[in-house]
Amino acid sequence: MSQPTNLPSFWSRLSLAFGAFFKTLGDAEFAARVRDDQVGPIAAPAPAPAPEPKPAPAPLRIATPDAALQLLGLLQREARLIDFANENITVYADADIGAAARLVHEGCARVLREHFTIEPVRGELEGARVTLPEGFDAASVRLTGNVVGKAPFTGTLSHRGWRARDVRLPQLADKHDAGIIAPAEVEL
Amino acid sequence: MSDIQNNDARYAIGIDLGTTHSALSYVDLQASDGEQADQGVLGIPQLSAPGTVEALPLLPSFLYLPHPDELAPGELALPWTNGQAAPVVGEMARSRGAGTPIRLVSSAKSWLSHPSVDRRAAILPTDAPEEVERVSPLAASTRYLEHLKAAWDATHPDAPFERQAVTVTIPASFDPAARELTAEAARIAGYGSPTLLEEPQAALYSWIEGSGGRWRKQVQAGDIVLVVDVGGGTSDFSLIAILERDGNLEPHRVAVGDHILLGGDNMDLALAHLVARKLQANGTQLDAWQMRALTYACRGAKEHLLADADATTWPIVVPSRGSKLIGGSIRTELTRDEVTTFITDGFFPRVEAGARPAVRTRAGLTQVGLPYAQDAAVTRHLAAFLARQAGATAALEGFDGNVDPNHTFLHPSAVLFNGGVFKSDILAQRVMDTLNDWLTMEGAQAARMLEGADLDLAVARGAAYYGYARRGGGVRIRGGTARSYYVGVESSMPAIPGFEPPLEALCVAPFGMEEGSELELPGQEFGLVVGEPVHFRFFGSSVRRQDHIGTVLESWNPDELQELNEIQATLPAEGRTPGDAVQVKLHAVATEAGTLELVAVARDGQRWKVEFDVRSTEQ
Repeated sequence: MSQPTNLPSFWSRLSLAFGAFFKTLGDAEFAARVRDDQVGPIAAPAPAPAPEPKPAPAPLRIATPDAALQLLGLLQREARLIDFANENITVYADADIGAAARLVHEGCARVLREHFTIEPVRGELEGARVTLPEGFDAASVRLTGNVVGKAPFTGTLSHRGWRARDVRLPQLADKHDAGIIAPAEVEL
Repeated sequence: MSDIQNNDARYAIGIDLGTTHSALSYVDLQASDGEQADQGVLGIPQLSAPGTVEALPLLPSFLYLPHPDELAPGELALPWTNGQAAPVVGEMARSRGAGTPIRLVSSAKSWLSHPSVDRRAAILPTDAPEEVERVSPLAASTRYLEHLKAAWDATHPDAPFERQAVTVTIPASFDPAARELTAEAARIAGYGSPTLLEEPQAALYSWIEGSGGRWRKQVQAGDIVLVVDVGGGTSDFSLIAILERDGNLEPHRVAVGDHILLGGDNMDLALAHLVARKLQANGTQLDAWQMRALTYACRGAKEHLLADADATTWPIVVPSRGSKLIGGSIRTELTRDEVTTFITDGFFPRVEAGARPAVRTRAGLTQVGLPYAQDAAVTRHLAAFLARQAGATAALEGFDGNVDPNHTFLHPSAVLFNGGVFKSDILAQRVMDTLNDWLTMEGAQAARMLEGADLDLAVARGAAYYGYARRGGGVRIRGGTARSYYVGVESSMPAIPGFEPPLEALCVAPFGMEEGSELELPGQEFGLVVGEPVHFRFFGSSVRRQDHIGTVLESWNPDELQELNEIQATLPAEGRTPGDAVQVKLHAVATEAGTLELVAVARDGQRWKVEFDVRSTEQ
């Protein structure tokens, strides 16, 4: 991960340079970042940063890669998912792919069962008529189709949705490199 | 000796130290009342991969001995080791060891009860190369127990383990030496003075607890419950009679079976070999790695086919070892016929009551490994057990009229199953059908199956409940020691050339000694020489209930008395002159902890323990 693998081409660098030029001119905060990130001239160390003014729009969270890598590791170990996804399946007959898919399916199901508690968002059967009252949780129910008017909304449940009630990922040792999804194996 | 350890305990902890898996359950003593016990099962933090710790309900009883370069530093830390490497025990030991069996210690419990090896000697893994530092069966068992204790302490900082009431389970078939060694492993692991409990009894306790009081409706006075416990590596039978005393039902354990090294793992392996042969016939040769993957896949297929009576085949995929999953995997299937032939009919054949396990004479060298059962048929072992115990209830109050001399075997009226093998209704039903065939042949009523057993965790749960019941919180199973014990004494006959003087067996501990009782061998005194070990031949019997302490047997049937490891008494030289002869009497003590002790008592009251587990002969 220390070695960037997809370096920008000349043309995209050109466009980046122009973008950066105008943004530095127009945006004082951005200009300060260019100054401080050791690309531009380095300013004297700033005094302890004053409490940052509350950024107006909610900032986006950046998910930590560790948990994602850990899950990939589990899916590879139990279900061989990386092997499966990286294989060129066009050369194989459906029967062969099916045999491997059984293994992948069984392993994925095991990982989901052991590390998550997953349940449907809605208890009704798919195809049932449901009514969403005013103030329903828009994060857990997505409206589609003829979305007009005011709540309560009545419609057909086309997918029950899934909610992870509980996540039980293994704990990691301090120095453990989660980037190794599966170690190479050498038989002596 | 105090009646009950740790009177101020907050929890009763039950530990199932299994051949393939261990578990820990606990009862909160303060929150429990009467038969309503507040119980939980501890999730045991363990390494599931390098640097990865997961809390799982079972701790696989495996110990892996890694090469110094095999794992990066810091990858073997557990939550309680402060970043330091811990012994590799549990899930990761099992999975790593599958790839490197020369560094894997498995079945330590079977080795701990193996009478022909020195169980304190570093002998495991038996096939490890020179440079691997081996461990003894005792040390391996200690590691598992230490891990469970540390897991408890890490999650219950305000209720330290050694202050709780701890019960550790053992097979009912364990002899006094194996019991003693289990207790010793627990003591070394820092368990204080744990109590031992037989696993089939623990299973019944768990069933009683799980019924929430309704067990009194499912069994009545006069019932005889057969507990059939088939675990990963061993099969264990016990008979528990239900008595009525002062209007209360009281279970009495009346008989235990022999130690049979035969379990679910043998079944998976049998299927894997069958499938491997099938593949070989089609030109596919499996290597050792694929064979292990196949065994794992066969277990899954077996569970599906034995759980679903309508399924006719189950696909088996042996994954490729390399990253080409689709191209390299081997696909085959297991059919219902194969599972029926190999598992249902192979391990649970519908035999007659007169069937007995086949015994082949062994070649001298087989003793190096574990003494696995030579006959794979659990039902044949069961037939032999019930026949041997035909008179088990003869002397039992309320049962005296029920023993019919025409019965060729003891007639159980109810069956409790335990062990993961019986998650399959088909197998449980097969045992019931076979047993009921036998009963019908003798004109008896069919036995019924006791419902609602928790097959994986019953032993740990029952052990915790027992710790609670001992404090007066619930029903207790009575019965005392399940065998009588004898020392061999040469009879005082004039020597006849060419004949060994005949051996007599002197009963030193009778059947059914209650915990906490002590008996003195009347009359007989032995002269022990100070500083010189004296060896006795030692015998146990699971059928001679009528012998009293001091009874002398001049002859016996070979299947009545089994010879155990010889025992040894050594008088330490302290305070005496080496070479002096001291007259001692033998006492038998059934301890509160569930072990049997033989004690040599001198006329002046000094006591020495007689060792059941004699170290290797070169000493």
